[in-house]
Amino acid sequence: MPTAMSLEWPTDDFSRIPFAAYLDEDIYVEEQERIFRGPVWSYLALEAEIPDTGDFITTYVGDTPVLVNRQRDGKVSAFVNRCMHRGSMLKRECRGNATMHQCLYHQWAYDLTGQLRAVPFAKGHMGRGGLPPDFDMKSVKLTSMRVESYRGVLFGTFSDETESLPEYLGDNVRAELDRVFNRPISLLGYQRQRILGNWKLYNDNVRDPNHGALLHMFHATFGLYRPTQRGGVKMDDRHRHNISYSMMGTSDDDADAEAFAGTQKVFDKGFRLEDPSMLQYDKEYPDDVSLTILSIFPNMVMQQITNSLCTRQIQTRGPGELELYWTYFGYADDDEKMTQHRLNQANLVGPGGLVSMEDGEAVEMVHRAVKREQDEHGIVEIGGKGEIADHDYLVTEIPIRGFWSYYYELMGIEAEQAA
Amino acid sequence: MGASSERDAVVALMIDYVHLIDEDRLEDWVELFTDDCTYKILSRENVDAGYPLELLSCHNKGMVRDRVVSLREANLYNLHTDKHVLGMVRAQRESDGVWTAQANFSLYQSTLEGETDLFAVGTYRDRVVFNDGRALFAEKIVVNDTFAVARMLSTPI
Repeated sequence: MPTAMSLEWPTDDFSRIPFAAYLDEDIYVEEQERIFRGPVWSYLALEAEIPDTGDFITTYVGDTPVLVNRQRDGKVSAFVNRCMHRGSMLKRECRGNATMHQCLYHQWAYDLTGQLRAVPFAKGHMGRGGLPPDFDMKSVKLTSMRVESYRGVLFGTFSDETESLPEYLGDNVRAELDRVFNRPISLLGYQRQRILGNWKLYNDNVRDPNHGALLHMFHATFGLYRPTQRGGVKMDDRHRHNISYSMMGTSDDDADAEAFAGTQKVFDKGFRLEDPSMLQYDKEYPDDVSLTILSIFPNMVMQQITNSLCTRQIQTRGPGELELYWTYFGYADDDEKMTQHRLNQANLVGPGGLVSMEDGEAVEMVHRAVKREQDEHGIVEIGGKGEIADHDYLVTEIPIRGFWSYYYELMGIEAEQAA
Repeated sequence: MGASSERDAVVALMIDYVHLIDEDRLEDWVELFTDDCTYKILSRENVDAGYPLELLSCHNKGMVRDRVVSLREANLYNLHTDKHVLGMVRAQRESDGVWTAQANFSLYQSTLEGETDLFAVGTYRDRVVFNDGRALFAEKIVVNDTFAVARMLSTPI
């Protein structure tokens, strides 16, 4: 049986990725166990989505359905969205408010801490049927996750061994969350994008600043992001998370024009939009960073593209399909004009994003093309080989190697297998 | 113009809209909007939950044209052909030369290799006005029931 361990990893710096890792069904099953049920913190939701007692959302961690709710004591809990009785999905709605969670199949009811509280006909009828006398209702609880919040961003883990959330995130990621979640947010809405490709291809994509101005020509054409801008990448100590950042208006037009000259793509610095309002950045942080893509292993992305803010959750739907779940927000103290500006800039991203729409196609093109090339390897050498470290340039894909170094560790691949 | 011929013009505008997209005549399609038009594609999820976020929004004709220019010049997307199926139009005259109109649609996309998928099902909620006797969209609101967008939203719905 092929597993991640039996794949060929020809270099020890993760500069070669075996294509089978994106395609193999058994590896996918192993990932659900070792990664999504393993010692990682998965992004669940934003606290602002469930402000009041009984508020709930349903989501997925990997492909496990999860129910997240706010308890009476104000704490947030998360459970596998499955009744303990016969396994039926407990909550079908995407969001709502509930005092109890009652399974529709046989009406077993759980409170907001996941404790079973009621079973209809528990004592049967006329002294016959029902649950046996020794059935202990108190012992039945929904399968729960450990939940921690950082700056209103909710994460959950199935493993007792997972380090604390602040430790897991590390200094750089915490600083980025401190920066964006610096005050109460207000939700603007959701978008969903179904992509027929492996979930790790999307993780690669968001750790690849090099593709930003090559695949996404809207970026380059209108100067939102160009390879010659000031920027770089910052990771955590174990290189599993990454922050790519850049600063608008710092590009070198002549160097860009020269670099793009050999390609067939349009790069015209005279190109203008009829309505350029969506390109405008109203600076709102103390630094000059206008674009941030924060990727947190294994399922979260947070973006600041000028004034457009959102999280993107990666939900797996098998080895060959993922759903991106985009949650857009602004700040609670935004005025009407700022809210409109953020909504306007939402045109840049999401499934219909002028900047980002290509990512769906890129992931699918790879997934389709490598189907019968499972023994072959992708090359990851842009930005340098060898040591994985932070750097202050954008023509790089080094953070992809960081992602795979941690993947390799979680999947239990022996170090000596790397030749 | 009488109410009956206005109604005919509203329905004809809605039919032109889908055919111009399907024929990839997006530059002509832009001309169906007023200068200060609103064109939005909404996710039913946000409409139902009361969130303002759109899947796509244009607040004037310039922005509609920018979308088309961006598709032609900058964006790379899944190459496909579109086919809309437009349901019966429910049109109502609001005032002199101002109509609201609603119709359901389905939109199929076919790949270069001839595979067809249902890409979106939803409803058009339109406001049509008459400029110099010509019907134009002052508002084209697309409520998309298929809000888990397959692959990407490139060409207009």
